[in-house]
Amino acid sequence: MKPMSKIVTTVTDVIIWFILTFGIYIVLHGHLTPGGGFQGGAVLASAVALFVVAYGKDRARAYLSKNFYSVVECLGLVLFTIVGFAGMKATFLYNLLAGTGGLFGNVVTQGVNPGDLNTAGIIPILNVGIGLEVVGGLSLIVISMLWGLWDVFGVHEERGGIDV
Amino acid sequence: MGNSVRWLVFLFAATFLLAGLLSIHPVGEPINTAMDDYFLAWGQAETGANNIVTSVVFDYRAFDTLGEATVLFTAVSGIVALFRGVKTR
Amino acid sequence: MFEAPLLAAAGLIIIGLFAVLFKTNLIKIAIGVTLIESGVNLFLITTGYRKGAVAPIYTLAPEGQQMVLPTPQALTLTAIVIGFATTALLLSLAVALYKHHGTLDARKIRRLRG
Repeated sequence: MKPMSKIVTTVTDVIIWFILTFGIYIVLHGHLTPGGGFQGGAVLASAVALFVVAYGKDRARAYLSKNFYSVVECLGLVLFTIVGFAGMKATFLYNLLAGTGGLFGNVVTQGVNPGDLNTAGIIPILNVGIGLEVVGGLSLIVISMLWGLWDVFGVHEERGGIDV
Repeated sequence: MGNSVRWLVFLFAATFLLAGLLSIHPVGEPINTAMDDYFLAWGQAETGANNIVTSVVFDYRAFDTLGEATVLFTAVSGIVALFRGVKTR
Repeated sequence: MFEAPLLAAAGLIIIGLFAVLFKTNLIKIAIGVTLIESGVNLFLITTGYRKGAVAPIYTLAPEGQQMVLPTPQALTLTAIVIGFATTALLLSLAVALYKHHGTLDARKIRRLRG
């Protein structure tokens, strides 16, 4: 698959960093604004899909590898489980950091307030874990389906797509 | 499976669906809201999050989120295993 | 009695049911399953609506207004992610079946080959 025209590659060069920043913002502020782990992970995976579409087969196969995203996905799920076992004195997945004053432990003023990032206990940590897992999972789906289709069916000479 | 059996199943399902959907409570006045009123009143004090939906998903019902993460993991591993045995890798 | 969101959800489910039962192309069956899932998610969110209320978030919310129920929104989040994972697996199976049998017609893929 040939890379797309010069305009598309230049715009992709600039805009992929904004997409990554926006996705990380949605994941981290999950307890203050609408969003959270799943939505932010989907936005981050769309940056990977944009890279594959704009740059074509050879460059994408050189830069993206399946092992990296596999490790990222497993790290997210293991982080979720370990944080769940940390509060095992009371119950599994107990919110032991809420309102105690340590990491993520400020007390929230009741009612309407402009949000404080340092609150809500283990919820931001769980958001980061789920975000990592969703990024790894969706990128693995895009990469393995695309690599598999290219290898099974071959690449069309002129158009550059799948030669079905 | 003949064509008439499919038509019978389709009409049966469509009739029951419409009859069921038009006999629930009118949209805009929910019934049995005791649990959600507790979440809206006490969610900010107990969990410390401003977003009540996130505190329901990640604190009051965090076990369901663990189950969903497992389903996503299983589906992704199934897809990777399906596209594995091709020569030019 | 005839509320708009409930009619839209029922219409989506009925169209999806028609596509699953009466079409023989594998991709069209996958599209039907996606339509049924969209209809069910829309219905789930409709059950938690309060007239004239705002979203259940306390950051810079307007003062003195009621809030919508948060639990159906939490369940719908889970349902959307699971539906997406199922659709991806269904489409990958369709690709593997096409590679093996050479056709996408559900009536011709019947024999188990060794």
